[in-house]
Amino acid sequence: MSKNSEPIKGKAFVLGKNIDTDQIIPAAHLVYSLEDPEERKLYGKYALSGVPASESGLPQGNTRLTKDGETQSEFSIIVASDNFGCGSSREHAPACLEIAGIKAIISPSYARIFYRNSVDGGFLIPFESLEDLSKDIHTGDELEIDQVHHTLKNHTQNKEYKIKPLGSVADIVHAGGIFEYARQNGMVPAR
Amino acid sequence: MGMTLTEKILAKHSGKDRVSPGDNVWVDVDVLMTHDVCGPPAIGIFHKQFGEDAKVWDKNKLVIIPDHYIFTADKYANRNVDVLRAFAAEQDLPYFYDVGTDSYKGVCHVALPEEGFTRPGEVLFGTDSHTCTAGAFGQFATGIGNTDAAFIMGTGKLWVKVPETMRFVFEGTSLPPYLMAKDIILQIIGDIGVDGATYRTMEFTGPGIKALTMEDRMTLTNMAIEAGGKNGVVEPDEITEAYVKSRTDKPFEKVYSDPDAKYHSEHFYNFEDMVPMVAKPHSPDNKATAEELEGEYLDRAYIGSCTGGKLSDFRAAAEIIRGNKVKLDTYIVPATTEIARALETETMFGIPLIEIFREAGCKIGNASCAACLGGPSDTFGRLNNEEVCISSTNRNYPGRMGSKQSQVYLASPYTVAASAVTGVITDPRVFIQQTVI
Repeated sequence: MSKNSEPIKGKAFVLGKNIDTDQIIPAAHLVYSLEDPEERKLYGKYALSGVPASESGLPQGNTRLTKDGETQSEFSIIVASDNFGCGSSREHAPACLEIAGIKAIISPSYARIFYRNSVDGGFLIPFESLEDLSKDIHTGDELEIDQVHHTLKNHTQNKEYKIKPLGSVADIVHAGGIFEYARQNGMVPAR
Repeated sequence: MGMTLTEKILAKHSGKDRVSPGDNVWVDVDVLMTHDVCGPPAIGIFHKQFGEDAKVWDKNKLVIIPDHYIFTADKYANRNVDVLRAFAAEQDLPYFYDVGTDSYKGVCHVALPEEGFTRPGEVLFGTDSHTCTAGAFGQFATGIGNTDAAFIMGTGKLWVKVPETMRFVFEGTSLPPYLMAKDIILQIIGDIGVDGATYRTMEFTGPGIKALTMEDRMTLTNMAIEAGGKNGVVEPDEITEAYVKSRTDKPFEKVYSDPDAKYHSEHFYNFEDMVPMVAKPHSPDNKATAEELEGEYLDRAYIGSCTGGKLSDFRAAAEIIRGNKVKLDTYIVPATTEIARALETETMFGIPLIEIFREAGCKIGNASCAACLGGPSDTFGRLNNEEVCISSTNRNYPGRMGSKQSQVYLASPYTVAASAVTGVITDPRVFIQQTVI
């Protein structure tokens, strides 16, 4: 995750609303180790594999986040409609997206456990947009998130949007997660 | 101005006189629960962050209940239970309910109250979104991820943003004979949407609450997460107290909302006006009445899970299934081993419940989460193809019970049982009225 305020650049992968954690990482795949360096790559392979084909990579659909046989995605930023990450508390959801290469998500709203896991685990940054951009932005568009001026630039379409500042979780995001934040504040002993 | 029950619990556990919605506070944790899916990664993070020789903050406050992928040949799933077993031994944990032993329980959210861990006024976190179930006991309970769980294991604390509270007021002195708590919560989720309570508390109150048993209340709070809620909560009363005292000797302090507490919103429901409800594929808020869907095609019926696999759920199903043969593949999965034993001993017209289900042609599974969340491909009852299932579980997004080509209707055990008997979606009032006559 980008722990500083540098711009986040990359290709968009666009999804609809209520993308729940079973679509992000189907339950059958929750068995792999997140620690083993080889086994954890399977999470990249299966990230977003539960999304129905027609809804995966909008507007056309039928696009997988990671190509068959690969564990890394060519896409870096997810753009989704409302209530991204609803459903279960599985931290494997933000983890699998990070393992696939996702750096940030842009959505008007998130389910709270997914949002919290993304921030506390330091996996990726869940940015809130002012409006639903999932119809405007197309999968494959080149995006750039400016964390200083709170804007999202779509270089492919030559458009710019405002996004919300991170608010009360900014300190944890910029620390890189809850443990780093707690160490900086003396709540957990330094290593 | 007063505080809500949730605000009071969070204030007390963060050492403050009062808190307000939006405040970020660090709370002391009374109970941390984890299971076989999220326990192993949480344990990995705990050791990485606090050291290989680190000990948990309080071994009497950590509860480990394997329940998700238990009866499977999946080597990774079985390896994960081994990870829990090794950690429980290393940390000398008194509350580990190991697979294959007499202490094995099954579904964590039903096992927690059975084992006395759901005490009014306390703070409980669990690595599972349905941890909100425990709010039925007047406890602050919510789901968290692996990192947060590892943080609690090492420190006994966690930060919480104080939620606003939505108040759901129930009018009525008893549930109509055809209505179950599942119908009430499906109606509410259908009304406010799957993000209708995001970041908020859902407090269930009003005179109607007295008509609800602990198991009914657990069904309501269990599905608070299906509306995006942070927690669901019911004020404790004599029903709560009787249940908790029958399960634990530990003291607890009952907490109530102040009369002048400030709420985000108030929503009124009268039991008498409510009817059997169904959530259609593929969202828990895709509501319809059972009557509107009468005759819709089904392949399978499933009764189980933390929300729909309690003893009262099986009693309800047995009322309708008794004396009939099921026309669908019908799966019965008790949430816990205690409930499984009760199915053998509880009778209806002299016949054990388990016999009623067997004679009707139902398939009986072992206590666990089973197919509620799909799981490994050999999971009991899993939807592996394009099956259309009516289920007493709590979630029906694409692929929730297995294949993303499958479809899941959510409904009360009455409605699931009635549909199992006829083979199509059926309003249970048809059967309930026959029973009365």
